[in-house]
Order: sequence, then C-alpha cells, then structure tokens
Amino acid sequence: MENKTEKDVVLSVKDLRVWFELKKFGFGSSGFVRAVDGVNFDLHNRESIAIVGESGCGKTSLMKTILGLYKPREGSITYLNKNISKFQKSDLKWYSSQVGYVQQDPFDAIAPFMSIRKILEEPLIINGVKNKKEREDRIRNVLDEVRLTPVDDFIEKYPHMLSGGQQQRVVIARAIILQQHLLVADEPVSMLDASVRVEVLRLLEKLQEKYGLAVIYITHDLSTVRYFSERIFVMYAGRLVEKAPVDDLLANPKHPYTIALLTATSEPDAANAKVYKEIPPGEPPSLVHPPPGCRYHERCSKKIEGLCDVKEPSEFDVGNNHLVSCWLYK
Amino acid sequence: MINNKENANKINKNVLSIKNLYLYFKTHAGNVNAVDNVSFDLKKNEAVVVLGESGCGKSSLVKAILRILPRNTSRYDGKIYLGEDETMCMSEEEYRKKIRWKRMSLVSQAAMTSLNPVLKVGSQVIEPLVIGQKMPKDKALDIAKEMFQNVGVPLDFIGRYAFELSGGMRQRVAIAMALITSPDLVILDEPTSALDVLTQCNIMNLLKRIKKEQDASFILVTHDIATSSELATRVVVMYAGEIIESCDADAFFTRPMHPYSQKLMASVPKLHGKDELEFIEGKPPSLIGLKPGCRFAPRCEKRHGNCSQMPPVTGNGDNFVKCWLYVSSKGE
Repeated sequence: MENKTEKDVVLSVKDLRVWFELKKFGFGSSGFVRAVDGVNFDLHNRESIAIVGESGCGKTSLMKTILGLYKPREGSITYLNKNISKFQKSDLKWYSSQVGYVQQDPFDAIAPFMSIRKILEEPLIINGVKNKKEREDRIRNVLDEVRLTPVDDFIEKYPHMLSGGQQQRVVIARAIILQQHLLVADEPVSMLDASVRVEVLRLLEKLQEKYGLAVIYITHDLSTVRYFSERIFVMYAGRLVEKAPVDDLLANPKHPYTIALLTATSEPDAANAKVYKEIPPGEPPSLVHPPPGCRYHERCSKKIEGLCDVKEPSEFDVGNNHLVSCWLYK
Repeated sequence: MINNKENANKINKNVLSIKNLYLYFKTHAGNVNAVDNVSFDLKKNEAVVVLGESGCGKSSLVKAILRILPRNTSRYDGKIYLGEDETMCMSEEEYRKKIRWKRMSLVSQAAMTSLNPVLKVGSQVIEPLVIGQKMPKDKALDIAKEMFQNVGVPLDFIGRYAFELSGGMRQRVAIAMALITSPDLVILDEPTSALDVLTQCNIMNLLKRIKKEQDASFILVTHDIATSSELATRVVVMYAGEIIESCDADAFFTRPMHPYSQKLMASVPKLHGKDELEFIEGKPPSLIGLKPGCRFAPRCEKRHGNCSQMPPVTGNGDNFVKCWLYVSSKGE
C-alpha cells in the first residue's frame, strides 16, 4: 500500500471516539459507553477493507458514524478532504448520495409496501433526477447489473415475493444506483443461506471492480473476508488491534486475539470432532469501564505482568504493512 | 422370522430410529410437504447432524420427532422408535408423561426467547424435575447446581434472570435444562447460529465434552456446515423435505456423494487454500405442489434422462444416497 499516495485517500478516520452517554433517572450522566475508542485508518480509492469483530466490539457504531448517523465525540472522519461532522444539511445530502449502505437483514431494509421500482426510484427522486425516462433506464440498468433478470419479471414485484438472496440484491442495487463511490456493507451475507452467500459475495466483488468502489465490509466471519477484501482490521472492545493485508493476516496472525479468532473459526473437517479447541476464557470487557492497559489483557495467555495491564499498547509495525497493537511486538 | 429377529435386535441398539416419517401442513395454497418419507437411525453416543438450507424442512423434522405439532398439520405418520418403545402409538398424555423432556429434550435456536424472562434461570432449569417428577424443590436445586457446574455456568447465576446473562451463558443454561433429566437424546436446533465465533467454539467444546463424558446422543440441526463438523459423527443432508444423503462424517467432509452435497461443500468459505467458491444457481423448490422426480434436478449440473423420475435410495445401512448417479445399471 506504500505506492498509494495521500491523494488516493477516500475516507480518513482519525482518532475517532464515539461514546454514548448513560442517563441516570432520565437525566444526569452516569458514565459513557465507549463504543469506538480511538480508531485510525485510511481507505484508499478502489480499495476494499474488512472490519472483523465480535458483537459488541463497536463495529456497527463505527460504521454508523462513517455514514453520518452518529456524531463522533472526538476525532474526525474526512471524506475527500471534507470533515463530515462539519457538514450542513445540503452537504449531508451530497454525502449520502456518495455513500451506499448495504444492510444486514434485507427484509428489514426495504419497505414491504413498495414495489422494486419504487424502492429504487426513491433515491433518484430525492437526488433530483427529474426525467422519468432516465429514472426508468437507470433502474433497469442497475437491476441488470445485480442480475435480477429478466428485469420485467422483477421490477413490479414486492419484497415478499423475492427470496432472501434476491432481496439482498435489491438492497445492493439501491446502494449503487446513484453511482456511489463508497459502499458500506454491514454483514451483507450473514442472513443468507450458504449456497446463496457466495453468489452475493461474488456480485459485490464484481461491482467493486467494475465501478472502482471503495468498500468497507463489516463482518464477524473471518472465513468470508479472504474472498473479498484486501486489508483486514480486527476490532476488539472499541479499538482496532490489528491491521494487515488479508493473506498476511491469515497466514501470519500476530495479536493473541486474532489468533484466537482464527482458531475458533471452523472449517469443514471431520477431525474437528476429535479435538477440543483452545479458546481464551471470559468475555469481552464492559465498554463502560474498559480495563486499563491493553483491553484484551484479562483474557490473554501471553500477558506481560506490569506492562499489559498498565499501559495501552501503541501500534507496532511488524513489516509488510502489518500493524499490531500488542506489547509482544514492541 | 430370522429377519424379524435381526430387525428387532437392530432397533434395540439404536437410541432413536425413524421410519418413513411424514409431516404435512395444510395451508390455503395447498399441502406443504415439510417432512416427506424420512428415515434414519441414531446410535448411542452418536451425533447426527441434519444439514440443510432454510425451508428444507429440518425444523419441521425436529417438531415431528418431539411431537410439537402446529394446528394445521394435515398428515403425521410413520414410526419413531425411542429405544424399544414406539412413540407414535402413544396417546398425547402418555407421550407427555413418558417421553417429552424425560427421554428427549430440546435446545432451541434462540436461547433468548426460549428462556422465560420473568423466571429466575434456576427455577426454569429445575422445572422438568419439579413438575415432571414431583421432586422437592431444594433437592432439584442441588441437581441444577451440579448441572450448572457441568456446563460451566457460575453457581451464583442460579438466582439471576435470563436478561442478566450473556448470549453464551443463556445457551449454556438452555443446555443445562435439556440435560437435567438425563435424557437418552438431546436435539439441538441451531444451537450456536446466533452466537459469536469464540462463544460458538466454547459451546461446541462443551457439547463435545458432554458427549464424551456422559455418552450423550445428539441430533444437531443446522445450516452451518463448518461448525457442524465440530460435533458430527454422521451427516444427514435434507433437501426439499427429503433426506438425500446419509453418510459418516469422515467420508462426508472429504467426499460427499450427492451433487447437492458436493455443491454445498464447495460453497463453504475456507480460511486457507486456493479453492474457488461455488454457488448453486436457482432456489430450492417450494414444498407446496412438488413435482415428481428428483427434487434437486432443476438445479443439478449432472442431471440426465432418469432424473425426471424419483431416484431410488442406494447404499447400505446408514450410508445411503438418493441419486440416479449411484444406481448401477445391473440393479435396474
């Protein structure tokens, strides 16, 4: 990624903190949920990254802040050198036409009372495509693009008439119909059946290449990442603990948490049934009172007494653009 | 005569034996053939994985085995032997008293919704003992404590409510509840699909241990092939209400037989290796108004002339496949 210049950066997240206030009796503060606590990364043009983490690690909060739905408490998100938290209403409208969003559950994401045509027409109307013929053409094109063909069979249908995979394609079609530059996909395949999952991943991959989209793929499933993304960020308790190119991370994981995640991910192999897997004890820490030092130290078997539980590790470069926040690699 | 005797012996060894089980539902659109002529056996200390995509009838199979039938059931017949007892001819009252949660229990998909939010988890776990076996409450609580220790729930959780527990802990409580009557058979319906990777792995470790230490028998119903391999000793693949393949786990995860199983295996993302992922074109048939012939044929790359007729079951005993590709020409 060294050859990519500053100019290529589409989205830049700097020291981002998203905290939610806990209210006591409806008023007065009793602390904060530190959902995102110091996240840094740059997303380059035409690059696809994956953010991997368990539920409650803050990946959805991070995504919603990137979409402009939550306000950051500290830090900044800049999209093409514009700070999105300083956006006015008109800027926000422009921004939302630049960023596509693919939701997790397709059935919840599209309105059940609207036909596919209406669902796809809405963003066009909002963004001022006045010519009805043009709108119709663009809808037909995008449906063709997500392979809901023959288009005439689908365009009048309602969401309940489609299968899960087809619904997810409608969601993807909606996310790219304005020729967005950035696509944020929140677990786009986790609700789908195994045989359909691959089809949707392939489609996303194809669209990314064709339109040169920058993609943020959020998932809990490490095994699907390899087929889609260039870099992986592993998130734990509000922080990115490891950032690396996909192949490097899968072959050579560094952070003890990443290693645990990889161990826990099953592959279809009958030998699995004969061994117990070694899994770190306990559960992720509370985000209201995160532990001092490294947030993983309470579960870590390689903890260095007096260091990991005191001081937060900074990012160490272990070569090959592989960054890890762990004292073992200082 | 000899044949009969052999048969009887065979049934004795099985914990569960299902023969020609049917479960149809009546809807305004027509009959839903959710479970269509399903037969399989489960031996002691075996874990049979029932694999299938959504809508293939795997949850209906669970309902049929446990006799939790919805109101619109239009056909429910076949034979289910639990050990030596045939359960299908029992009356509802007899079934409830003798079988359900005594000798067969269930761990359902979403532990959040399977636990009662207004009861403490301790009182829920002892319910089968207190209500079913009329055991005094304090004695039942002692057993519950033992059970909690066994599944790795801290003992002070016994007085907590379900919402105070994390997803993994709730699932452990649900497992404790299923094991408390030491049933012959535990049915797990997607026990880990709502959980995180590490928690999932923990639960699988727990199930493996229970299987090993207590000689428990499991039926694991899931769509997650990769995770199912953590527990499986045998795999049964369901498609459109039928079992299309039954195979030992060792053989299945390396060489599945049925074209559908092969495609399914090829669609599982793997962490390493360079295999291209495949997917299956089209979608499974509706279970209403099924056409004659092999149900997978419209999506199958290897279909040929014979496939418009229902394929016979080939193979012996527990390893069989329902596909014309494996019918030898001599047999015809």
